[in-house]
Amino acid sequence: MSSKANILEKIKQNQPLSVSALPDLSFLGLENYENLDKYKTMLQSIGGDYVEVANYEAIIDFIKKNYNTEKRIITTLPELSQIAATDWANDDPHSLKNVELTIVKAHFGVAENGSLWVTDDLLGQRIAVFIPQYLAIVVKKDDMVTTMHQAYDRIGNQEYNFGTFIAGPSKTADIEQSLVLGAHGARGLIVFLMD
Amino acid sequence: METKIIEHSKAAELFIKDEKRTDWHNETLWFVREKRDKAAFQIPDWELLRETASQIKNNVLSNMHQYLIDFEANAKNNGIIVHWAADADEHNKIVHSIMEKHGVSQMVKSKSMLTEECHLNEYLTEKGIDVIDSDLGERIVQLRKEAPSHIVLPAIHLKKADVSETFHQFLGTEKGNNDPKYLTEAARHHLRDTFLTRKIALTGVNFAIAETGEFVVCTNEGNADMGVHLADVHIACMGFEKIIPQRKHLAVFLRLLARSATGQPITTYSSHFKKPGDGKEIHLVIVDNGRSTQLGREDFRSSLKCIRCGACMNTCPVYRRSGGHSYHNAVAGPIGSILAPNLDMAKNADLPFASTLCGSCTNVCPVKIDIHVQLYKWRQKLVKEGYAPKSKTLMMKGMSAVLSNPIIFNLAGKMGRFVLEKMPGLVSNGFNPWYKQREMPAPPEESFRAWYQKNSTASKDKNNEQ
Ligand code: SF4
Repeated sequence: MSSKANILEKIKQNQPLSVSALPDLSFLGLENYENLDKYKTMLQSIGGDYVEVANYEAIIDFIKKNYNTEKRIITTLPELSQIAATDWANDDPHSLKNVELTIVKAHFGVAENGSLWVTDDLLGQRIAVFIPQYLAIVVKKDDMVTTMHQAYDRIGNQEYNFGTFIAGPSKTADIEQSLVLGAHGARGLIVFLMD
Repeated sequence: METKIIEHSKAAELFIKDEKRTDWHNETLWFVREKRDKAAFQIPDWELLRETASQIKNNVLSNMHQYLIDFEANAKNNGIIVHWAADADEHNKIVHSIMEKHGVSQMVKSKSMLTEECHLNEYLTEKGIDVIDSDLGERIVQLRKEAPSHIVLPAIHLKKADVSETFHQFLGTEKGNNDPKYLTEAARHHLRDTFLTRKIALTGVNFAIAETGEFVVCTNEGNADMGVHLADVHIACMGFEKIIPQRKHLAVFLRLLARSATGQPITTYSSHFKKPGDGKEIHLVIVDNGRSTQLGREDFRSSLKCIRCGACMNTCPVYRRSGGHSYHNAVAGPIGSILAPNLDMAKNADLPFASTLCGSCTNVCPVKIDIHVQLYKWRQKLVKEGYAPKSKTLMMKGMSAVLSNPIIFNLAGKMGRFVLEKMPGLVSNGFNPWYKQREMPAPPEESFRAWYQKNSTASKDKNNEQ
């Protein structure tokens, strides 16, 4: 017998005789707070920051003022092509190693933990949000859910090949529990909250 | 790397020799436990969340066979290549064969306790494969040729100065620079080169979803994603108990995991891998290695509900004062002590005794495993089957001889009080294991037995008077 058949057979023999019921999830996630306010607080508590913007022009202004535009900036958003390259999606992922800033869009944010849901159709390349020194993500103020329960309700059966919740900049506390931002991924995360 | 095993009590004895460091270790872990409390208290339905997680996992255990079949079918449909490994050896061989097939001799790895359990690094190294651990804590202990001492915080037993010394030696950092920021930055540079040059990346799995055939990997550093998205081949290894039924159940577990582990509301990255990218491969290795046996042990099967958050270690008074290495097992602490005897009773018989049975672990466990009850049950089972650790059997044999004979019991008590009073040094010396590291209590003036005899007659008399 193959290992697979063996393992499955043994599991069948050894698992409890009757199947115990799955719990009802509808009593969870009933928290009642102002999603956007909570999102802002949580994001800052995990090392991220936000800027409220009315439109893409405001984002362009902010980036010009706060980032070194001499360095490599990439985006998947055509609205930002004035300050960022948009023609890299088919490049070798390794060639993104010198990216200073990546700007992408998120589907929605989660108030309870400050995270943002992105999938590969928004990323250009999967590595694009992990490899840059800094990351910026645009999300609509209306696209906020309360907890992870509403997040998965919203994701539902969405088709994606790869998706990730991003909560703040990359971090570690592996050296004597001292929190350091910028372990292997982005050193900083700025979220553009758009009207 | 089969080193000689030192019994937990002996290893703990060595650990606490450095009193200052023991205090520091104890306080550091308690600090993490407090962060967990703070995070938990912010969720009004925390207890309901734990109960729900527990029920989902109970359902998984009872329907494991079907979920695994569904999961495999859906994963294959997504283009993931699925392998099954009965034990550690088969797991290691599968991983190596994938490397061989691609003609690759270098691997970058993110944290996977399963590969620690299987001693994959040693196996691959022997085959001439160069393995680099990319989680900062794991990289630190790897450079020092140590094992991780904690499943979430692999280098929690080390101080900044230790890390600084190690990095000075291996990465050429400035001697004596103990700044965590500086040291982390050095590791970032060192590992970037690794990520950029490896063709095969290995990760663990936090959750695998039967309904969709996708799996989720959680990290704070981004090391799993850096490795995987730059490599051609992603190998993910999971114990079969990582299965959960549906996508929506992730909400429950992702809310619990990081809060229980470090007090964060969620890890920085919770990556969902459903299909390989264009021209890339994802291999998933599903491992048994004793889990199906544990599933058949009614008293211990719920240990398979564990989501490896580490909360039971952070809160454990014994773990905090003996360190992860004293458990001589990939998973240390309370949960490790109920998983390890399943793998090898003779080798791990001491571990269920490394507990005060205070129950703090059970109180914090996000999936409500009755950890301390299982520790107690393992003790009984191990003694019954003749595996009790030597230090315990000697003492217990003596105890049972005393307890089973009323004359000796009486005499022993009298002698004990006499000795405690006249020669306390005799009892608190090295020959008596119980009094190591413990202050001697003042001897009672009168034994309980004598007191009871007097008072029970007195109360009987009183009753008669009424
Ligand atoms: S037994 Fe519970 S508390 Fe301990 S690591 Fe597993 S899930 Fe966490």
